[in-house]
Amino acid sequence: MPPAKKPRSQLTRDDLLGLYRQIVLMMRFEERLLAESQAGNLRGSLHLAKGQEALPAGAGKALRPDDYLTMTYRGHGYALAKGVDLGRMAAEILGRRDGLCGGQGGKMHLFDPAHGLLGANGIVAGGIPTAVGAAWSSQHQGLGRVALTVFGDGAVNQGVAMESFNMAAVWKLPVIFLCENNLYAEMTPLGRSTAETDLAHRFAGFGMTTATFDGNDVLEVYDQVALAAAACRAGKGPVFLQAMTYRTCGHYQLDPGLGYRTKEEVAEWEAKSPAHRYAGWLTKEKHTDKAGLAKLESEALAAVDQAFSFALASPEPPVDKMLAGVFV
Amino acid sequence: MSVAGTLETLTFGQAVKAAIAEEMRRDERVVLLGEDVAHHGGMFQVTKGLIDEFGDERVLDTPISESGFIGMALGAALTGLRPVVELMFFDFSLVAMDQLFNQLAKTTAMSGGLPVPLVIRTQGGGYKGAAAQHSQMLEALFLHMPGLKVVAPSSPADAHGLLLSAIRDDNPVFFIEHKQLYAASGPVALGAEQPIGKAHVAREGSDVTIASYSYTLQQALQAADLLAADGVEAEVVDIRTLNPLDLDAVGASLCKTHHLVIAHEAHARCGFGADLAAQVQEKYFDELDAPVLRLCAADVPVPFAKNLEDAVLPSPDKIKSRVLECLGK
Ligand SMILES: Cc1ncc(C[n+]2csc(CCOP(=O)(O)OP(=O)(O)O)c2C)c(N)n1
Ligand SMILES: [Mg+2]
Repeated sequence: MPPAKKPRSQLTRDDLLGLYRQIVLMMRFEERLLAESQAGNLRGSLHLAKGQEALPAGAGKALRPDDYLTMTYRGHGYALAKGVDLGRMAAEILGRRDGLCGGQGGKMHLFDPAHGLLGANGIVAGGIPTAVGAAWSSQHQGLGRVALTVFGDGAVNQGVAMESFNMAAVWKLPVIFLCENNLYAEMTPLGRSTAETDLAHRFAGFGMTTATFDGNDVLEVYDQVALAAAACRAGKGPVFLQAMTYRTCGHYQLDPGLGYRTKEEVAEWEAKSPAHRYAGWLTKEKHTDKAGLAKLESEALAAVDQAFSFALASPEPPVDKMLAGVFV
Repeated sequence: MSVAGTLETLTFGQAVKAAIAEEMRRDERVVLLGEDVAHHGGMFQVTKGLIDEFGDERVLDTPISESGFIGMALGAALTGLRPVVELMFFDFSLVAMDQLFNQLAKTTAMSGGLPVPLVIRTQGGGYKGAAAQHSQMLEALFLHMPGLKVVAPSSPADAHGLLLSAIRDDNPVFFIEHKQLYAASGPVALGAEQPIGKAHVAREGSDVTIASYSYTLQQALQAADLLAADGVEAEVVDIRTLNPLDLDAVGASLCKTHHLVIAHEAHARCGFGADLAAQVQEKYFDELDAPVLRLCAADVPVPFAKNLEDAVLPSPDKIKSRVLECLGK
């Protein structure tokens, strides 16, 4: 039997360039967030995903617009890749009236049900059962949607995560567990919190399909999520994806990211940056050239500038509505 | 190394650390565990360096498994150790509710008297733009549940002295720090215990009593300064230990002022203030010249935007207004 064609073979040149644009968009967006934080315009801690951009770009492309998503505090890129409006997202993160959640949620609590986003989360593993529930609801109502929940290597040690994995597996729910294994949870290396560091072993034990792959290769991410989504839609039950990656920034904006990691280790992963690698591939395969990449980059920057102009022009949220209470 | 018996100026964070270190030196059964407490020294750097002095057998980095390691602390406390757990954010206690409330808080009573010598330290509170899941003050849950001592100091000296007592206590103690207090500094008598169960008059006054604790106590003191400028002398009572409660200290102040305002950052509904107001009117009704008033967070999750958060949380100005209202001014 000839090997099955990879999902990526269906991507057009525009799709391929779109993936690059998405990676760069996320980078520019997060760089701008950091700048706004340093300028004092952005409150609280900011968790960036520098070096992990291939994951949201590839996953977002492989999902349908109506598929569900739950994510973490480090999920800006997933929201963008899912099609959430850039300006309204920037406005939420700056705490403005026109933000996705009217400035009440903030950057750890982005919601946009119109794009399937059922919440970013400040609680490690907090959104995993929500995704399992959305998958169940989709199955129950015959909606054909899948749910993707993204979490870190540290999240697999929360009790609620393990309860969720088992329920998804026993009921064959259409949910993709995408684990960004960036080798650290805050300042703790995986091996100090988890005896079996190949997390796929644990998930096989839950009775679900698993795959481990290079999370810094956007086409590989696309393939893996597309295959997982197809399996989910075919009723084969949940899939666990272990994406090997690394955040080349600190855990949050005030963490230099060193001390618990060596300079050499960080540099090694910087050299594997998704944008850099994918740009090299695109030009090598002659899908575009330097000028073509530069055009995509300036488009991304312009989109980010426009989003922040919108956000910064948006007023403070009104107090009365918020104080009126929590019920709809 | 700090030496017991000396008076030093320490930050709140340093005062907490000095108490842990003192107890770890004094008693080898005291062990420390929590997320990133060992190698990193804690998210707020309170336990920094303790692993160097005490080693990784006594200072343990845990996985992100709050219900697991809180339950483990109970098991260790029942079998010869005296664990001190750091819970990185108050908010994360909510993932461990069974272990906290069905297990840990009930063990002494259910067993007919087994000691459970452990301390859970956490930090809570808002004002930092950390939004709904990283800004909470959840002490009311812990007060509702019989079986836990609950301590919430407002100064470095109290943080030090009360934590010493907490670690020496044979009951489980839930020890609440506030993120806004860590950098505050003040004199600390090293090694001087403060008794759990005793309130303290932080400022004397004759017109009205403000009862408070934790960071809001500092705001109450600022409010008292503002009130003094308007000719109102407020007495500020630092409750310090919410369970056991020193009701008589509030009563003694009330017998002077006959007016009471309770200020705290937790939500109003079913909060500490609601309970204190009920206890006060049961025992001191005749002393009251006006209804007891509360100044608390509004009953909505702490919002993100600064103007919204400001509208929800207490401030010295809001406390002052509430006091004037209580006095009919
Ligand atoms: C229940 C809970 N415990 C602890 C934390 C504090 N915390 C925030 S992020 C984090 C590390 C998570 O690591 P991982 O899951 O690997 O994700 P990463 O940050 O590496 O993307 C911790 C401990 C939290 N937010 N929620
Ligand atoms: Mg991680």
